[in-house]
Amino acid sequence: MRQIHEFQVDSTRYLDDHGKPLGELPLQAENTDRVLAAYRNMVLTRTFDSKAIALQRTGKCGTYPSVLGHEVVGTAIGQSMAKSDVFVPYYRDQASHILRGVSLTELLLYWGGDERGSAWKNCPEDLPISVPIATQCCHAVGVAAAMKIRDQSRAVVCCIGDGGTSKGDFLESINLAGAWHLPVVFMVINNQWAISTPRSLQSGAETIAQKAISAGLPGHIVDGNDYFATVEALDTAVERAHSGKGATVIEAVTYRLGDHTTADDATRYRTAEDLKRAWEKDGIKRLQNWLHDRGLWSPDKEKALQAECKQTVEKAVESYLATEAEPPTAMLDYLFESLPAALQQQREQIADRYQGGRG
Amino acid sequence: MSKVQASAETRDITLVEAVNMALHRAMADDDNVVVLGEDIATNGGVFRATVGLKEAFGFKRVMDTPLAENLIAGTAIGMATQGLRPVAEFQFMGFIYAGMEQVISHAARMRNRTRGRLHCPLVFRAPFGGGIHAPEHHSESTEALFAHIPGLRVVIPSSPQRAYRLLLADIRNPDPVIFLEPKRIYRAVTQSVKDNGEALPLDTSFTLREGDDVTLITWGACVQETLQAADKLAEQGVSCEVIDVATVSPLDRETLLCSVAKTGRAVIVHEACRNGGVGAEVAASIAEGAFLDLQAPVVRVTGYDTIMPYYRNEQYYLPQVEDIIGAVEQVIAL
Repeated sequence: MRQIHEFQVDSTRYLDDHGKPLGELPLQAENTDRVLAAYRNMVLTRTFDSKAIALQRTGKCGTYPSVLGHEVVGTAIGQSMAKSDVFVPYYRDQASHILRGVSLTELLLYWGGDERGSAWKNCPEDLPISVPIATQCCHAVGVAAAMKIRDQSRAVVCCIGDGGTSKGDFLESINLAGAWHLPVVFMVINNQWAISTPRSLQSGAETIAQKAISAGLPGHIVDGNDYFATVEALDTAVERAHSGKGATVIEAVTYRLGDHTTADDATRYRTAEDLKRAWEKDGIKRLQNWLHDRGLWSPDKEKALQAECKQTVEKAVESYLATEAEPPTAMLDYLFESLPAALQQQREQIADRYQGGRG
Repeated sequence: MSKVQASAETRDITLVEAVNMALHRAMADDDNVVVLGEDIATNGGVFRATVGLKEAFGFKRVMDTPLAENLIAGTAIGMATQGLRPVAEFQFMGFIYAGMEQVISHAARMRNRTRGRLHCPLVFRAPFGGGIHAPEHHSESTEALFAHIPGLRVVIPSSPQRAYRLLLADIRNPDPVIFLEPKRIYRAVTQSVKDNGEALPLDTSFTLREGDDVTLITWGACVQETLQAADKLAEQGVSCEVIDVATVSPLDRETLLCSVAKTGRAVIVHEACRNGGVGAEVAASIAEGAFLDLQAPVVRVTGYDTIMPYYRNEQYYLPQVEDIIGAVEQVIAL
């Protein structure tokens, strides 16, 4: 018997659960401005998240998927991407969207039932939030193929959850990325849960990262609560894509600290002990500890940042709540570039029926 | 139809050759047009619809994909959001279903969802219909599945000229189009087609023959049998107006209603099964818009509400000329 192939999957972390370096830190740790900006974005995201949940609980926002526990991964994604790259999200990427330039008001509008929440003005090429699981992976390779056809030095970063990797869309897309040598990074955010289904029931594979091997791609695992490990892996993968060296799969291991959405009750399927253990690994606290130890942070700075983030979120909420709904005719106005004659009558009907409001 | 003028560019070609001619024309006119699908580059497509494109435009724009229809659909969507104009081939309509989630949940709604920020100027082509003694799953006529989805156009040519000119219109259209090619007449008829880049309008039905006694409404391969039936009925003194619907969604109701207002009778002919077919929408539109003009109930000549039989029996499923004549005689008698 002749061995054709053997593979290995590496796993990286630089900080322990308390933010103490386990060894030498990567170069990224020396870029203090970037690390502080990352920390700020994580705090802003968490502040926004708790406010969005509160809005839903008080009837001011629709069903909302908490991003609690994903702030580190999402921030690292946003920081690793160039403005001209294209982000292809799933639906728990608030931290990345904020860095890409999506406004908090737009995020609230989307979850508050208004299509204008995806009309992102500051990142016009990023794909919108994708609710159907894993389907966005196919778009990511399409965008990457367009970049390659046009000989552009740009990259795509595509997010997907651990549950999504069970779908053909993911496997078909990493397969194409390998076959066509595409400039794309698949960021698998393994938060251990697909609503109530644990990671262990999604696949018999020991890691998700190793699925990359079947597509001819490198697969890496990072501690998704470790900012340095995550941003280093992303920086490397994005640079690899920019320089025409092909695609990468990264599995960021983290934990969904909240419910799946505001319509879910995670106490039905996971224990309080599990959740408590996961909180002990929280990536924001970990980075905050590291900043303290480095002399870059203080209780006063933390207090000021919390106040600033709260104010930013409050302003966005005000603007969201002050945004009037589109007229009912808008439901037809963006279906096609111009409304076909066949639909004109229905538009007139809507306009007549709801003249002066929705009585 | 436009008058065909003899020129160096004008050739007598089949419908599948007209598809090929339109693809060549579109790719030559616009660098953003790319073609992808299974076996479409080196092999030129299993029906040869894409033959010569790779040689003319290169692998970068003419792409053999892995064998995964869902991937083909989603990849085309991603390309389209970057401003490319992908034309993706599904080898047979019976295999398009793996891509339905992409078609319905993304291609059809990208413009609406992003309030016009992104859109999908793409064409999904698929050969469809029975009558070529093909294996199971190779004879589907499920255009109604797509016609039901807001945000899609569903366009079906029925002659080489309309194939060329409608496909050009589809590719230039800024929104997603499902282009269903009636493979039973891929090579059954030839027609002079001028390769002049002229497109036909979408969302428009074409009156192929004017008549006073009854309106025959059809699309795709059935246009052939319908025209033959109209010929025979003319010999009996029955004057049939024949309309090729062409864009089955959104429907050009005005053309249909004007014709029925004139003739007072309508027979709808399609190959797909009857239940929930596009014919039902046509009939309902006539009932809503021309009921008082009707002198007889609307009659449908369609496939049966069953699985398309394997080819030994497919002729009993497909509407035949005599079925159409029978239906016309039925409505004329009233």
